[in-house]
Amino acid sequence: MLEVSGLSKSFGGLAAVNQVNISVDEGRIISLIGPNGAGKTTLFAMVAGFLKPDAGTVTFEGHDITGQKPHRICAHGVVRTFQVTQPFATLSTLENIMVGAYHRTANRHLAEEQARAVADQVGMGALLEQAAEGLTVAGRKRLELARALATGPKLLLLDEVMAGLNPAEIDDIVRVIKGIRDSGVTIFLIEHVMKAVVNLSDFTYVLNDGVLIAEGTPSEIAADANVIEAYLGHGAAERMSGDGAAHA
Amino acid sequence: MNALQNKTTLLVVAGLVASALVPVVIVNKFYIDILTLILFSAFLGQSWNILGGYAGQFSFGGVIFFGTGAYASSILLTTFGIPPLIGIFAAIAAGALTGAFIGFISFRYGLRGSYFALITLAFSEVFRTIANSVEFTGGGVGIFIKHAPGLANLQFIHPAGYYYMALGMVIISLAIAWWLERSRFGAQLIAIRENEDAAEALGVDAFKCKMYAIMITGAMGGAAGTFYAQKYLYIDPPISYSIGTSVEMLLVTIVGGMGTIFGPLIGAFVLHIVNEVARHFIDTPGLSLIVYGVILIAIIGYLPNGLIGLFKRRKKPDKETSDA
Repeated sequence: MLEVSGLSKSFGGLAAVNQVNISVDEGRIISLIGPNGAGKTTLFAMVAGFLKPDAGTVTFEGHDITGQKPHRICAHGVVRTFQVTQPFATLSTLENIMVGAYHRTANRHLAEEQARAVADQVGMGALLEQAAEGLTVAGRKRLELARALATGPKLLLLDEVMAGLNPAEIDDIVRVIKGIRDSGVTIFLIEHVMKAVVNLSDFTYVLNDGVLIAEGTPSEIAADANVIEAYLGHGAAERMSGDGAAHA
Repeated sequence: MNALQNKTTLLVVAGLVASALVPVVIVNKFYIDILTLILFSAFLGQSWNILGGYAGQFSFGGVIFFGTGAYASSILLTTFGIPPLIGIFAAIAAGALTGAFIGFISFRYGLRGSYFALITLAFSEVFRTIANSVEFTGGGVGIFIKHAPGLANLQFIHPAGYYYMALGMVIISLAIAWWLERSRFGAQLIAIRENEDAAEALGVDAFKCKMYAIMITGAMGGAAGTFYAQKYLYIDPPISYSIGTSVEMLLVTIVGGMGTIFGPLIGAFVLHIVNEVARHFIDTPGLSLIVYGVILIAIIGYLPNGLIGLFKRRKKPDKETSDA
């Protein structure tokens, strides 16, 4: 469905994303993990059209969408959410979601109906009249999800929708995301919360210093020496297996 | 919901009837003239409000469209003998085209916020300088328009004529704002104002929307220009491209309430009345301006949503109940 090939982006002399190849199949939940500064958000920004790549291509359903503007990419059916939530602060939850719903219809009543349905789907039905600026972190994360969903996407790019949530809220949103996948929307997500990644995704890519260092199912990834090194530092994998033996 | 709609309809009808009857009840030409000025100011404010209040693109050069419209119909009249009743449409087109030109240059290169404010300010100075130095605008001498009352010339013997014309323009401007608040286009403009990146991500073509917005603003400003020229029968570069007018447009809107249907109208009423009253009761020269300034500071300082914030009760963000 989504094919990212040889995608690169440098800022100054720093290669934020370097020759990355990723493939997302329809109907699945694919995750992208990596330490802070690995280039995950940069990669998303390039896929969604917020940054122009220096090299490489992004293809969606056979269309080359590399470097197109975000609203054009949205029209193809690819929508991103933001890690740092970007609500339309003075608008109500309903009005926020309606902006997304207006992508598919110019009719106000249809857009409102669609927005209400999406709000129910993500569990915001009771917060429709609430001004977005008054929402909690969890509420804002959900709002990001709801707005994106209201545009009727084929592929959702979720940028850390679980960061800053407590465990109960995470369980909640994991359910919501699975529900979205079951309704036929493919999901590609960036996440830090390992538990959620393991719970949710069918396939995981690991990015470190702008380079893909591993890919596989979540359980394969959790055991990958390269990944452990990237997260915990040089030599960590060796120490962990040693420690594990010692404390067993 | 229905009762609320009925009440709104009733208020609108009552407002229309009352404003239509004003010249019948108030016979003093001075007061009719002040009311006309207030309506004119409200119309200019509303033109700024479309781009500044709804779309969040703060222009400091709102007068550009007004001046260009004034020149368009006046030149058509004095040079080609085309009556302003037709000329006003040329003025509207000239305003919209000028809007498209400035919008294309500014928005294409992603100028936002204070940069957009500065480039529009710069453009208004450029336009004034050009109007001052080329021949077809009459240069610094300006353009004198012959006094010849008649509908074709949009000139009226009785001040009530101008009052009704200004009223008509204000009603159209309110209708535009009303439509914005209920349409997809309006929702997209507001989304751009609140967060342009998020709007783009949700499929809003921010460039296109902002272009439409500045063209509507320009068209309205152009119409205002023709009205002014035919009422005062004289325009020159300092009048047509006065920074003071740009400031007035944004002041009435900010004081009344940006991004609201009635904000510019309320702001225009209050500011003009405060101004007149201060001038009337205070004899020391200049002191009335100080009083005016203090009241302005108070309004802006204590009512960030404008005077309309007093009437409109917004649901306050409530952290306790907002848990998701």
